[in-house]
Amino acid sequence: MPNGIPITTKEIGTEANPARPGEEHGTITSWIQDIVFTVDHKKLGLMYLGMGWLFFIIAGTMAAIIRTQLFLPDNHLVSPQAFNSLFTMHGTSMIFFVAMPMIFGLANYMVPLQIGARDMAFPRLNAFSFWLTFFGACLMFFSYVGAPGLYGAGAAPDVAWFAIAPLTSRAFSPGTSVDYWSLGLLVTGVGSVTGGINIMVTIFCYRCKGMTLYRMPLFVWLSLVTMFLVVTFLPPLSAAQIMLVLERFFGAKFFETQAGGSAILWQHFFWIFGHPEVYILVLPAFGVISEVVPVFSRKPIFGYPMMVAASVMIGFVSAGVWAHHMFTIGMNSYSITFFAFATFVIAIPTGIKIFNWLATMFGGKIRLEIPMLFAIAFLFQFLIAGLTGIMLGCAPFDWQLNDSYFVIAHFHYVIVGGIIFAVFAASYYWYPKAFGRMLNKQLGLWHFWLFTIGFHLTFDPQHIAGILGMPRRIYTYHPGRGWEIWNQISTIGAFLQAIAALIFVINLFVSARKGAVAGDDPWDGWTLEWATSSPPPDYNFETTPEVKSRRPVWDLKHPEDPDWKFE
Amino acid sequence: MSTEYLTAETEWKLPSPRRTAVILVILTESALFTIFVVAYLFYIGKSLNPPYPHEVLEFPWLGSILLFGSSGTIVMAEKALKKGSVSGFHLWWAITAGMGFGFLIYTATEWHKLIYKDGLTLGTNLFGSTYYSLVGLHASHVVVGFILLSMILIFSLTGKLQHRHHEHVEMISWYWHFVDGVWAVVVTVVYIISANS
Repeated sequence: MPNGIPITTKEIGTEANPARPGEEHGTITSWIQDIVFTVDHKKLGLMYLGMGWLFFIIAGTMAAIIRTQLFLPDNHLVSPQAFNSLFTMHGTSMIFFVAMPMIFGLANYMVPLQIGARDMAFPRLNAFSFWLTFFGACLMFFSYVGAPGLYGAGAAPDVAWFAIAPLTSRAFSPGTSVDYWSLGLLVTGVGSVTGGINIMVTIFCYRCKGMTLYRMPLFVWLSLVTMFLVVTFLPPLSAAQIMLVLERFFGAKFFETQAGGSAILWQHFFWIFGHPEVYILVLPAFGVISEVVPVFSRKPIFGYPMMVAASVMIGFVSAGVWAHHMFTIGMNSYSITFFAFATFVIAIPTGIKIFNWLATMFGGKIRLEIPMLFAIAFLFQFLIAGLTGIMLGCAPFDWQLNDSYFVIAHFHYVIVGGIIFAVFAASYYWYPKAFGRMLNKQLGLWHFWLFTIGFHLTFDPQHIAGILGMPRRIYTYHPGRGWEIWNQISTIGAFLQAIAALIFVINLFVSARKGAVAGDDPWDGWTLEWATSSPPPDYNFETTPEVKSRRPVWDLKHPEDPDWKFE
Repeated sequence: MSTEYLTAETEWKLPSPRRTAVILVILTESALFTIFVVAYLFYIGKSLNPPYPHEVLEFPWLGSILLFGSSGTIVMAEKALKKGSVSGFHLWWAITAGMGFGFLIYTATEWHKLIYKDGLTLGTNLFGSTYYSLVGLHASHVVVGFILLSMILIFSLTGKLQHRHHEHVEMISWYWHFVDGVWAVVVTVVYIISANS
């Protein structure tokens, strides 16, 4: 242990899991019991992350099949029906069963540790949220075997991830595959909302002494804003899904044009949820970057108050931009102007964040460890993702490129290049805390370079394919349109990413047993999670810590020059 | 660690987790109701076939008096509890639960009339879809509220309600006020705006 920190629970923490009487350890049964019965925020956090990686592999495999199908023109590797359900399930899973559980997992694990709490506000509710999320995912995937769809037995939903009305009506989607989509997401949605309430209550009501809102780590701040968005903007999706279920089971008319209903209304309801959802996913990623960049630049974050203000502003403005997904449906020019303008406005706080991260790195003593590499790649890629976002926010540009591969490239830049890169950074950064061992750096470098190169090979050419007119969701294409080469590069890149992800998963398992022992504070960090042992004991902190500045662990390590003297 | 660091004594107060959670539940429920209200407003006058709202809806005087009145009686119950009058609390609380139940009976009779006399169901037209989903969602919240009210009443009558449970009681009254507030919106949107357009 490089830095002796007085308030750790090291002595007790290393024996933190004494066998309770009558309980066997090491058997499969005890392991399953542990998983099923646990209400510990750290275990649930890891279970969320485990669920995320499990579905990442499943949905990633789907992506690989999609890319292989598109490798050659006029290819018939899978049937058109299978292709439709592949991209539907890929999109839905990646959002709801990969990205959401990952951000919930990180927040579950790290928020209580970073605010000096012993657990979440409602530990049993926490377990309830996880299991709802997980069973919702299982329910949807059960459609592969259990749902008679349009083409007979075992049909997964094939209505795209935003379930275009009226394609979801009984007339066009007979069978039950769409019901699995709506009910699965409804269940998962309840889990997310209860989880969001839990995390918000934890942040408001369980901060340790001295942890004022203005001293909270930025990851906690961004989790707070994220969970506010979850609590406020998931219900519109649930409401729309309740309407869809009523329509499919009881003949309600919400989205049925023949009865005077409006399919456009479904799009509005979906995107009222759908756009804040993008920020639900990316704000925690901002939080991770705001933790990693200062620690590996050896400088406190630049412009903390502005970072907080920008996060809150993103949260609010994100509520008013949803119809920029719908510029092509024939809105009046006032609506288009409003939503285009709001879209440009949201670029301002996001830009503030990028500049603050750069200013944090500027003049810092940068350590190019793996988390920092991912964070730097994040900065580049998220910048480009934001710029193509502004391009698509220009309505006339969007009229040309809506529903093309340009859009696909744009949002994969956000979700893979931004969010997944941040999750990788977080994994390398916090793995030592969770498992007490470092992730192997050599494998990490392979992972980083292969994934980054693979990412760019996959998604950079899709911008061009989109500009050349390739629409999204197409099953195949004829030769001679100039799309072949871009699709082929893209597919090669996808497989590089798959190899890199495999290396990462191997690294996760190998390092858990054979990685270098990390100690309590391997990165010389400043936030409270580094003040306890690795892995933290069940109760996190022996005595609840007390903080006097934004960098409490710095204060502990440097009593001669504490931060609080300057606050 | 400097001693100064340890001895710095400051006032440290955090909000109550229960209150915060209930506020957030009300926030998320409001978001859910908003979408149903928007759907109702959006589809006013867009039904292609009868029955239309102005033909079949009657202003819910009885239901509104019961529900809005119960917001008053629950305040009386809380006041009695603060004064330490357990019997007063029981009385007012039972009246509140009874009024909630009365509201549900009112809704049941209204729906019975709409379904069997006017032939309006969820699948009849847009009015039916939006009406039953919005009013039904509200009624389901009244059901939940009634169950919570009854539980408190039973616990209290059997002497299981302790002094430390006062915050629970207060939180249930908050939820009940929220359900009332939603009813005010529903009355405005359904029984005033749409029934007169």
